[in-house]
Order: sequence, then C-alpha cells, then structure tokens
Amino acid sequence: MVKPSKWGKPSLGDVLVILFALLFVAYLFKSLWHNEQAAKLQIRLGDKIYATYSLDQNRNIDIQGSIGVTRIVIANGKARFASSPCPNQYCVHQGWLNHKGHAAICLPNQVSMELLGGKKPFDSLNY
Amino acid sequence: MTQPSKNKSIEIQTTSDDHRIAKLAAFAIGLHLLEAVLPSPLPGVKPGLANIITLFVLYRFDFATAAWVSLLRVFASSLLLGNFLSPTFALSLSGALLSLAALYFAQYLPRRYFSAVTLSLLAAFAHMTGQLLVVRGWLIPNAGVAYLIPIFMAAALVFGVANGLLTNYLLRINPVRLDEDKG
Repeated sequence: MVKPSKWGKPSLGDVLVILFALLFVAYLFKSLWHNEQAAKLQIRLGDKIYATYSLDQNRNIDIQGSIGVTRIVIANGKARFASSPCPNQYCVHQGWLNHKGHAAICLPNQVSMELLGGKKPFDSLNY
Repeated sequence: MTQPSKNKSIEIQTTSDDHRIAKLAAFAIGLHLLEAVLPSPLPGVKPGLANIITLFVLYRFDFATAAWVSLLRVFASSLLLGNFLSPTFALSLSGALLSLAALYFAQYLPRRYFSAVTLSLLAAFAHMTGQLLVVRGWLIPNAGVAYLIPIFMAAALVFGVANGLLTNYLLRINPVRLDEDKG
C-alpha cells in the first residue's frame, strides 16, 4: 500500500472531468486526423455552392470572385488554389489538398473549396 | 544613489493587497520566464507552470487577485522577454483571458468533488482555445491549423492535470495564507 501522501486522493469530480477530457481529445484525434481520401471537390462562391467536381479528373477551374479570377486546379485526386488575386495568398500557399474534410478559403475573393468524401460504398459495388 | 536628486521623490500609496499581488505575480513571472527558455517540440506546447500560481491564488485568496496575478504576469513577462504586443503576446493574453473566464465559472463548482485538477484542466483547455482562436483568426487564417488541434488539446490535457496535481500539493503543504504566516 502507498502511504497516505500529501497529494491526496483524486476526487470523484476530477476523475469524471479527466475522463471527459480524454474522450474529447480522442474525438478530436478521430475527427481531425483521419486520412480518408477525398472524392469530390466542392467550391463555394460567397455563401452559395458554386459547383461540385469529382477529383477523378485533371481540370482547371476559373472562378470569377469579387475581386478577380481565382484558379483552382484538380489533378491526380488532389486540388489546390493555383492562383488568386488576393494580396496575402494564404489560399495558394496552402497547397495541395487530398483528404476528406480539408478546406481552403480565399476570403478576399470569397472563394472556398472543401474536399468531400466519396459516395457510400455500395454505390461503387452496384455500378 | 549618492547624487542629490533634483526631483521630488514620488510616493505611491500601496496597500498590503498590492504587495501581495506583486509578490505572487513575481512568482508567476519567474515560472513564465523559466518556461520561456525551455525548448518546446511545437510552438504553443508548454507546461504553463505559471497557471499553478494563478490557481493557488484563486484558492487562497479570491478570483480578483488571481486575475490580477495572471494578467500582470502576461504583461510583465512580455516586457521582460521583449515580445510585448507581438503575436506571442497576443497568444499569451488571449489564453490568459479565456482561462480566467473558465476559472470564473469553475470556481463555483463544489469543492468537495472538484479539486484544483478540474479547475486546472478547464483552464488549460480554455487557454488553448483562446490561443487557437487568435491563430485561426489572425496569424494563420486558413484551415491548416485544424491538423494540430488534437496535439494542442492533448498537451493541454496532460499539462492541465499535472498542474492541477501540483496545485493540490502546494495547497496541502501550505495550509496557511501566505500573508498570514508572516504576521
């Protein structure tokens, strides 16, 4: 047995809070660290969905945003902002995205892209 | 100084509260500086030892004193480290403000069931959240940071619990208020 120490016994509430915190962190890992490949690219212009494309193609998309033309490139199952008229170029520097749930935003030009997962598995089995 | 000064000396009236806050803030600043020279695997992942002082003060004194100590620590440390008003300072301040907000509510939890470990953990999570908000909103406004959130939060969990245990220990070995044992 351990001698009663100055550390005291952990109280019930503490243990529960720690457990909740562990669950929360585990949830964060699970939701933000999956490496599921994306299948589709959804582009938004302002608050509307501009278009959705399959990543299974090579293609350049030019979008007329509020301050100019943003070019998004799809190639080899990945997508990126290739050029944008925004001053800070955060969107372009973010580079290629290929995992489901990843997103890049060009705020000045109000263009954003988000990668979506594939269709439900049985679709590909049926066809 | 031996030179006679032409200036009249200015006396600032200080209360014992001021002295107490200054003394406790000095502890926190010391810990903060100590931590600043420790290498960190990722910017932003730090033990946050100064929060032990904040928690200790919250338990031994009151929330207002803890808030003073915490904010003085942020400002004074940034002046000493030379990053006042820099992004590092903004991260530190937003973290401190959010963790104080968390502590403000958490202090009313029943003490019987929730010790400093809970408060420390909540404060650590709030601190990380405050920092991440600044990072997302100002420093790196793209979604790339999302990838690091689990690591930051896991670090907050580990260090939050560790600091809470240390605070419990400090409270146990210091059953008397700091100002009272000096008479």
